[in-house]
Amino acid sequence: MSESSPHENFKVIGTRPIRPDGVDKVTGRALYGADYALPGMLHGCVLRSPYAHARIKSINIAKALKHPGVKAIVTAEDFPVVKGVMAQVGELIVNTHYLSLNIMAREKVLYDGHAIAAVAATSRHIAQEAVELIEVEYEVLEPVMTAEDAMKPGAPILLEEVRTKLMEHRTDPGSQEGPDRPSNVPGHIRFERGDLVAGFRGADFIVEREFSTATVHQGYIEPQNALALWSADGHVTIYCSTQGSFNVRTLTASVLCIPEGSIRVVPAEIGGGFGGKTTVYLEPVAALLSKKSGRPVKMVMTRAEVLRATGPTSGTKMKVKMGATRDGKITAAEVWLAYEAGAFPGSPFAPGAMCTLGPYVVENLRIDSFDVVVNRPKVAAYRAPGSPASAFACETVIDELAEKCGIDPLEFRLRNGAHEGTPQPAGPAFKKIGFVETVEAIRDSEHYRSKIDGPNRGRGVASGFWFNGGLQSSATVNIHTDGTVSVVTGSVDIGGTRAVQAMIAAEVLGVAVEDVRALVADTDSTGHTDVTGGSRIALATGMAVYEAAHDALTQLKTRAAKLWEKKPHEVAFSDGAFTAIGNGVPPLTLKQLATRLARTGGPVTGRATLNAGAVGAVGNAFATVCVDVEVDPDTGKVRILRCTIAQDVGRALHPSYVEGQMQGAMAQGIGWALSEEYFYDQKGVLRNSGLLDYRMPTCLDLPMIEALIVEVANPNHPLGVRGVGEVGIVPPMAAVANAIYRAIGVRMTELPMSPPHLLKAILDRRNQAVTQAAAAD
Amino acid sequence: MHAINYESPKTIAEAVKLLAAHGEKARPLSGGTDLIIQLRAGTRRPEFVVDVKQIPELHRISFSLQHGLHLGAAVSCIELHENADMRRYYPGLTEAAHLIGSLQIQSRASVGGNLCNGSPAGDATPALIALGAKARVVGPNGERIVPVETFITGPGRTVLQPGELLVEFLIDAPAKHSSDAYLRFIPRNEMDIAVVGVGGALTLDLDDDRVVDARIALGAVGPTPIFAAEASKSLIGKKFDAAAIENAARLATSVATPIDDMRGTAEYRRHIVGVLTSRVLTIAAERARHNEQR
Repeated sequence: MSESSPHENFKVIGTRPIRPDGVDKVTGRALYGADYALPGMLHGCVLRSPYAHARIKSINIAKALKHPGVKAIVTAEDFPVVKGVMAQVGELIVNTHYLSLNIMAREKVLYDGHAIAAVAATSRHIAQEAVELIEVEYEVLEPVMTAEDAMKPGAPILLEEVRTKLMEHRTDPGSQEGPDRPSNVPGHIRFERGDLVAGFRGADFIVEREFSTATVHQGYIEPQNALALWSADGHVTIYCSTQGSFNVRTLTASVLCIPEGSIRVVPAEIGGGFGGKTTVYLEPVAALLSKKSGRPVKMVMTRAEVLRATGPTSGTKMKVKMGATRDGKITAAEVWLAYEAGAFPGSPFAPGAMCTLGPYVVENLRIDSFDVVVNRPKVAAYRAPGSPASAFACETVIDELAEKCGIDPLEFRLRNGAHEGTPQPAGPAFKKIGFVETVEAIRDSEHYRSKIDGPNRGRGVASGFWFNGGLQSSATVNIHTDGTVSVVTGSVDIGGTRAVQAMIAAEVLGVAVEDVRALVADTDSTGHTDVTGGSRIALATGMAVYEAAHDALTQLKTRAAKLWEKKPHEVAFSDGAFTAIGNGVPPLTLKQLATRLARTGGPVTGRATLNAGAVGAVGNAFATVCVDVEVDPDTGKVRILRCTIAQDVGRALHPSYVEGQMQGAMAQGIGWALSEEYFYDQKGVLRNSGLLDYRMPTCLDLPMIEALIVEVANPNHPLGVRGVGEVGIVPPMAAVANAIYRAIGVRMTELPMSPPHLLKAILDRRNQAVTQAAAAD
Repeated sequence: MHAINYESPKTIAEAVKLLAAHGEKARPLSGGTDLIIQLRAGTRRPEFVVDVKQIPELHRISFSLQHGLHLGAAVSCIELHENADMRRYYPGLTEAAHLIGSLQIQSRASVGGNLCNGSPAGDATPALIALGAKARVVGPNGERIVPVETFITGPGRTVLQPGELLVEFLIDAPAKHSSDAYLRFIPRNEMDIAVVGVGGALTLDLDDDRVVDARIALGAVGPTPIFAAEASKSLIGKKFDAAAIENAARLATSVATPIDDMRGTAEYRRHIVGVLTSRVLTIAAERARHNEQR
């Protein structure tokens, strides 16, 4: 492998050391949530609704309680009634009232799989048997399964208290909308600037299309789990798989109405999350079952529970109208987006609106975006939440405009590309960004310059935009007596962040990366740290580690000065060694100095805490991808022949991890494009709650994904780092759709572009051609 | 998953006795790749599981040009795939067995289990029907021979009566210039379940490229696998050309009775039956032309 980022000034950063968590993972020794056990532990199981929408008339647990081995049962009656508070939890804004209702249904069930009761018993099998003995009487209600249906007048209402209000209106902030009557649309956001009418009047070509995308799941392999112990003194310890141990603490405390400080959360090794593990499902339930039974309670979801009841991301309905001049300048864009939130408000409708068109200079635009409740599980974050769907719509329309103008689609993007100073759709101007550079990287790539030959083959490109999260992080850097170093943070390692934290500390301290051990502490052992999400860990926690290592270095200089009877400023540090300025004492390496710390005042610990800034303010990420496909016109099956992704990463700390993030994001995007979808029947029951029929691509469905690292340094970061975890999932759906169009002339506007959908489009087009030919005769 | 009783008999007689004693409450276990999942999901709730893997006869593959094939019901898909005779004389059945699940699943799963599971979408079943395979069943009242196309009676249901055990498949040795093929359509490239499966076997007279014998079978497009009798008959005696293939594909499509589900619409499945039938016949014919055995 060639080094993609040779920085002469760095010794460690930009290299590819072996991942420190690798050996334990491949030898099966790494401790995931389901591996934890405590003495006297009980096993918990959840009773879930078989209906998409129903009123709970009664719950009878008498038979289940009598089942031998059952130690406790909880229903909503056991949970406190939580008032609606909008809590900022890391990058999320959480309505704790709805969170509580999602964890345990009260009065109404709102989706197939909604939790109704939970049992703790001496074995998992007994708990399952007891769950089946709970008797629930339902009044079944009509379900509403899509945003389109939920927005229709007269649609069944999920939540009586919801009213539609315009949350933000850039030109008229005081305006409200919607009659004061119940609605399924709790949120509407609008961005508006320029003059749409004039913009469209100035266009030579206008394209107007409608789109829809399916509900898709993150597809992390490890199911949610929680092991909770409610001690007799009122302290609660929770072991679980999460992206944010402090999130779990805050959310569990809010649902159970207990002080945050009484909860300690121990994050386990995580088997994937992609945003889906930024909230809680089992943790408060396991804690309450533990309180009631007096014993530790462990709960692990089945795959079906994960798919039915944890948060996927929104299905959408979208409309885009865009105009351009003959020479390829976008003159106006009107975008209408509706995101399905699932059963409770909180879809990524706002970021979806903020990101679509983000890569472009668009003077005249209006974007309306709606949050719509439907009888599906409440959505959770999924890699660049909201942006992939709206990018699918706009990037497809841009491809069509480029075609009408007769301009290469990459050239079209370059002519409209956003730069430093370009206002984003939501208003604020970009700082230094690398969007144009990602387009140029694809344009100049061997892939894009190669010819694509053969029948039914085509090449598509698309771009995408997503924010970097800043937020709060804490880090401690401990210098041990043998000169080894430990780095302690509260950031769950989901994408190789322990490796890059060790690398940053090694770089600053001038030691070998193998001498630095990075670990993830529980919520009592480190300062507050926000969620592992928003592409923020290498960036923001990395910044904290950088500062903490410098803090340690400053202290070490003072210690060396003490040894040499110098002033601290008379000690220099370079190439891993401390030297005294101006006299002949031999230099000391950090290892040598470490052995003498006891004599100079005791151990040295560097520390840093910071808030790296609001989401989006700390940095932005762009990606452009190129995909070659071959379509089987008889079956509608698409084969991915080749794909390349170029992404602005600011600076690649560990290029292999960066490439892995880009490739992983692209792989998920291709699954979203071609095969993944929640399939509900007429009654709103999920029919594909397993990984056989919820089809994610396997390694046999994708070629090697080529990753082109683009480095336009982030001016807000000491090492120039940008978050790399998410933006790669934004462009693939449109790129695949655009490639399919080039292959067989069919414009796909509905995801997934699965064989049945694509074949139907192919046959419709063929029949249309036949009809036209007949008419012409 | 509820508590179950488990027995592992060493002979067919013992197995039949156990199965007969527990009737509807008993279920034979071979590789378990369907049964264990059904137990976990609660879709089958036998109280008694009779593991038949320890019975030597159920593991036998014996082939001769004179006597044809005896294929034990519990032979794993991997063993089948690695058998030189199977690959040479029954390439379609072999490729069907090799499509079931992953390599790990194939080392457990058996063709007999695939059939007894009663799924209309099992990959091995259309391949067996195309070959005219017969199932030898032993029960408390002796043994009987059942053509595979009548073995499955509905989704998850078979002709097996309480106490009866599928022991082996009997398949004729292939005639000169005959061969078989199996194709399935799946949205992914591997690790998937058939949206449509088509098995085909052909015997050709190379002197005038006429079809001497033909059998076409369909999977996943009805409550049971389907022997496409009309489509098969339409080819016999005809010159093997594009028109004959198209006609057979059309007739095969007409007997498919698929449903709409998450794997595809009925309309889509019918279309794919036609596509796969054409492709399967083309492959089988190509193989048959090169089959100089005997």
